[in-house]
Amino acid sequence: MFALRPEVPATVEVFVDGAPVRVPEGASAAAAVLLAGAAAIRETPISGAPRLPYCMMGACFDCLAEIDGVANRQACLVPAAPGMRIARQRGARVAFEA
Amino acid sequence: MTIDLAIIGAGPAGMAAAIEAADLGLSVAVIDENPAPGGQVFRGVERAGGDPALGADYAEGLALARAFRAAPIAWHPATTLWHLDPEEGYLSLDGAPDLSARRVLLATGAQERPVPILGWTLPGVMTAGAAQILLKTAGVVPAGRTVLAGQGPLLPLLAAQYRRAGAPPALILETTPRGRRRAALAALAAGGLWAGRHLLWKGLGLLAETRAIPRRRGVTGLRAEGRNRVERVVWEGGSAACDTLLLHEGVIPATHIPMALGLEMSWDAAQRCWRPVTDAYGASSHPNVAVAGDGAGIGGWEAAVAAGHLAALDAAQRLGRLSAEERDRRARPWLALRRRALALRPFLDALYAPAPASIPDATIACRCEEVTAGQVRAAARLGATGPNQMKAYLRCGMGPCQGRLCGPTVAALIAEARGTTEAAVGLYRPRAPYKPITVGTLARL
Repeated sequence: MFALRPEVPATVEVFVDGAPVRVPEGASAAAAVLLAGAAAIRETPISGAPRLPYCMMGACFDCLAEIDGVANRQACLVPAAPGMRIARQRGARVAFEA
Repeated sequence: MTIDLAIIGAGPAGMAAAIEAADLGLSVAVIDENPAPGGQVFRGVERAGGDPALGADYAEGLALARAFRAAPIAWHPATTLWHLDPEEGYLSLDGAPDLSARRVLLATGAQERPVPILGWTLPGVMTAGAAQILLKTAGVVPAGRTVLAGQGPLLPLLAAQYRRAGAPPALILETTPRGRRRAALAALAAGGLWAGRHLLWKGLGLLAETRAIPRRRGVTGLRAEGRNRVERVVWEGGSAACDTLLLHEGVIPATHIPMALGLEMSWDAAQRCWRPVTDAYGASSHPNVAVAGDGAGIGGWEAAVAAGHLAALDAAQRLGRLSAEERDRRARPWLALRRRALALRPFLDALYAPAPASIPDATIACRCEEVTAGQVRAAARLGATGPNQMKAYLRCGMGPCQGRLCGPTVAALIAEARGTTEAAVGLYRPRAPYKPITVGTLARL
């Protein structure tokens, strides 16, 4: 659970799983997901466990998300931009469905 | 076109090296994954450098960032190095056109030491450094009950910054073992007290500032509990409700690229980590590659600034722009600054060395592939003698982070299970691409 300090203006509107959230200039897509209060940014490919950003510095890859339609982006390294669509990444890619 | 010096990372070491090298007339390019210069310690400093909550030390990064912006260099933000051929000096980049350089300086800094406890993958658990980055880059603070757990200089700093920002943590759980203070003070008495007094003074100030925050000392058996996110932090003999758990056990050099290049590495017993072998100027075992800053051994930002200047002077000498005598003459003040900046290090290393604790079998060691400590131990007993073999047994270290987060843990578990040392076990050998890249990036080759 995260919040913005009251004196920081939130001027950039992005969409986290379709819901609008306003974030400050300089915030990353990962920060937007945390500010949106999302329960998870991805579900792991192995067990489907929910994850949120962990290291915020490009090392852990727990913030992998689908950003503007491109999967597996490190959300902590992508600056939030007006209208950006950040979507939860669910499990492993299914190559073949029987 | 081949440039003189390519610098990877725009933290204190990279920025200082770029400023010095440009001043010496070298053609310089700097790349960094982030959209702005600063590294992690000065992350977002151009936005938040004047913020009183972040403090005077952080504001010092502003002058460095301004000098960096003003220097005649090619600056490539939001750019990732995914392969480096040190023989040819060829840098494969994602986010900017590839580069050719006569010399390469790795200034890739540190990462936080992994803190593998039960429940550390739950949403709501993150590193203290991650939380500080949220504060610096976006003015984001935790809401609800925040618990800081672990040890190291970052914890009291973050607690003080949160307090100034109006979001003080509910509890600090210190994992420094009892009796450590005495040993650390002995290290301090052996030298460094006078030279390191300004740093010591700052640390004492932070402790005084956060005295009102409830604190438990000598905490062991730390774990996070909750169904789909952290709800409670538990330790030997206690527990507390918790909405955000921030973990920290110090920082270690980011060894990914040095290891991938096959640079000679050495085990730092005091800091319990691997570091590339470098000389006083940061020159590595490869004649075209230098390493400066925390990536060559943890020393903090002032030591990193000195190391950046030293690496740039050495680059100029190697490229024929400075005589060895002139390089050495210009190096003197930076060597002195680095000695001062490192004066307190033996004290900090002794005080905050990770506590020797056995990781419970059910703990996730590799977050990407969800491999537990128990699985790693069992495979080590079956015959996996090192981290690279462990990849074949369990896939640990083969997920998207490429072993950045589990490397030290897996090595420690193998050492424990096989009755040997982390120094003998070694680390994963990473391969390019250093970060995952798209097919499109590959197709541009």
